[in-house]
Amino acid sequence: MILVLVETGSDGATPTSLETLTFARELAGRLGGETVEALIIGPLGAGEASAGGPEAQERVKEKLSAQLAEQGVDSIHHAAGERLERYGASGWATALGAVPAAYVLAAGTPRGSEVLAHVAARAGAMMAANVVGIVDTEPLVLSRQVMGGGVFEHMRLDGAPRVLTVAGHAVDPVAADDASAPVWHEFEPELSDADLVTAVVRVETGAPDATSTLTGARVVVGAGRGVGSADGFDDLLQLRDQLGAALGASRVVTSLGWRPHHEQIGQTGSRISPEVYLACGISGAVQHWAGCQSAKMIVAINTDPDAPMVTQADYAIIGDLHQVVPALTAALRRRESSGG
Amino acid sequence: MVNLLVCIKRVPEIAGEILLSQDGHSIDARHVGHTLSEHDECAIELAVGLAGDTGGEVRVLSLGTAEAAEQLRYAVALGAGAATLITADPESYGPADVAAAIAAEVRASPAAYDLILVGNDAADTGDFQVGVRLGFALGRPVLTGINTAEIHGSSVLARGAGPQGTDVFEVPLPAVMAVQEGGVEPRYPSIRGRLKAKRLSIDRKDPLIEPIGSGRVKLTLPPTKPSTVQILGEGPDAVPALVEILASSGVLNR
Ligand SMILES: Cc1cc2nc3c(=O)[nH]c(=O)nc-3n(C[C@H](O)[C@H](O)[C@H](O)COP(=O)(O)OP(=O)(O)OC[C@H]3O[C@@H](n4cnc5c(N)ncnc54)[C@H](O)[C@@H]3O)c2cc1C
Ligand SMILES: Nc1ncnc2c1ncn2[C@@H]1O[C@H](COP(=O)(O)O)[C@@H](O)[C@H]1O
Repeated sequence: MILVLVETGSDGATPTSLETLTFARELAGRLGGETVEALIIGPLGAGEASAGGPEAQERVKEKLSAQLAEQGVDSIHHAAGERLERYGASGWATALGAVPAAYVLAAGTPRGSEVLAHVAARAGAMMAANVVGIVDTEPLVLSRQVMGGGVFEHMRLDGAPRVLTVAGHAVDPVAADDASAPVWHEFEPELSDADLVTAVVRVETGAPDATSTLTGARVVVGAGRGVGSADGFDDLLQLRDQLGAALGASRVVTSLGWRPHHEQIGQTGSRISPEVYLACGISGAVQHWAGCQSAKMIVAINTDPDAPMVTQADYAIIGDLHQVVPALTAALRRRESSGG
Repeated sequence: MVNLLVCIKRVPEIAGEILLSQDGHSIDARHVGHTLSEHDECAIELAVGLAGDTGGEVRVLSLGTAEAAEQLRYAVALGAGAATLITADPESYGPADVAAAIAAEVRASPAAYDLILVGNDAADTGDFQVGVRLGFALGRPVLTGINTAEIHGSSVLARGAGPQGTDVFEVPLPAVMAVQEGGVEPRYPSIRGRLKAKRLSIDRKDPLIEPIGSGRVKLTLPPTKPSTVQILGEGPDAVPALVEILASSGVLNR
């Protein structure tokens, strides 16, 4: 049996969990004879805003049932109970351990990776992180992202269970040919006191989420090492204000302390999906692409015509951003004041 | 006073094109520099800060080739007081092996580390496991994705980004923590730090375990997509064309 840890939010299963279910079905098909089952842990929808009352939970449950049926899942296990009210990797690993499986999968999210690392450590099994494809099944060889996605590794995964996380956005979530009618199995796993030691003691939601302006923006102005220094941002900030855009940055920019970390776009930063992304002085490393590839239109401004950001963009201007960006801001101002 | 151990990994510093070795088994790093994972740098920063607050000590440890001394010295220049190099070929070590080797070294060491810090995931292999496996092997509570931490008596209060906001944890010491970039700003080495690092003698050890391996069969490069870019021109002369495009995309009508 292939067991998939499904994380949930107010819309039911999280998008990356649905991707993982699709991947699990493909794996089942390749292996032959394995069923796919889902495990949900704790209050339904707890992955997002507070889990809400019984009605909210009931709504999430309905959504989940429909989504998991569409994914062809054979059964749904739901581990709940007082000791699972708050997230803790150790407790979640215990809940997973209560459903014996030959394959244990989760999305390569912070929680998915953490919980499966516990499962693997307890079983003395290997774990393949950020898997993107199946190379072979006899023996099992998987393709997974290393170097932040810049390289794929073919990794042989042995052991019992076989533990793997599926990289986000590597698989398109598609419905199964035949929908299933999965039955819910509610259960309360026995958690030890040690399982509770590492559980979340509280969640701080007070401060407004600084990343939400970036992830929700219609236009994002991106800044990379090409800006040159911490003092070089005036041009870009003026363009940002003129466009009513948000400012994003590459990891080099945040690492050098030129801009705060919450402005980072990429694999270890925010994933944006604006109408337009204006990438200025950014080379376009895969780890950066991981965060901006959902933009509807990408415009690169770069001195190097061969930079991946340029070759993979929709439009590009070749040149020094410190000349192009002020000219762009000025042209937009002129257009605005002439009522264009 | 807390006694801290930070585990760091020497990784190739990739900027631009990645090349693979002839046998396709590793990254050809002959023409690139090496560095520390970003997360490891943040782990050092957190540890040095906590040691400063409590009058404690930081030791850094790496399992790697003799060249990993470069990264250990860098960590000492940032404020760590001592360094251990477990000399081994890291390519033949999977994450379970690394954790087992570190756990064995910790058990054999007279220092009782109150807190062991690792990076959340290594920049090269990205296994997301060493911290959790280390915690398990040592029977200590382990947290991952940690941005900031404070010591309160005999426990550590740590924060990391969660799906609903900031998750707060409080675990008794001794513990293990996997640190994620974003909470602390790694400092730059001081001149005094650099001098200290140069003079420091690194404790060299042999691994106390036999590795099982990482399961790596080979590496491949992702296919490059054909370019469909439309070059609008060079320099400010190309700006009018861009304004047209922005206008027709509708983002200028606020
Ligand atoms: C595990 C891992 C995770 C990572 N996560 C992220 C992440 O989340 N986000 C991220 O961004 N990176 C991430 N990286 C780093 C990534 O690999 C790159 O190093 C980084 O994105 C490069 O930033 P950059 O484009 O600003 O700098 P560079 O690669 O140095 O590029 C600078 C660009 O600016 C251009 N330029 C220079 N001067 C000018 C000028 N005057 N005008 C116009 N253009 C100019 C140059 O031609 C060049 O293309 C990660 C790496 C790893 C290994
Ligand atoms: N060879 C090594 N030597 C010391 N620490 C390591 C080594 N490999 C991994 N680590 C630590 O474990 C963290 C997570 O690595 P991984 O689980 O392999 O992604 C890294 O950020 C390092 O802090």
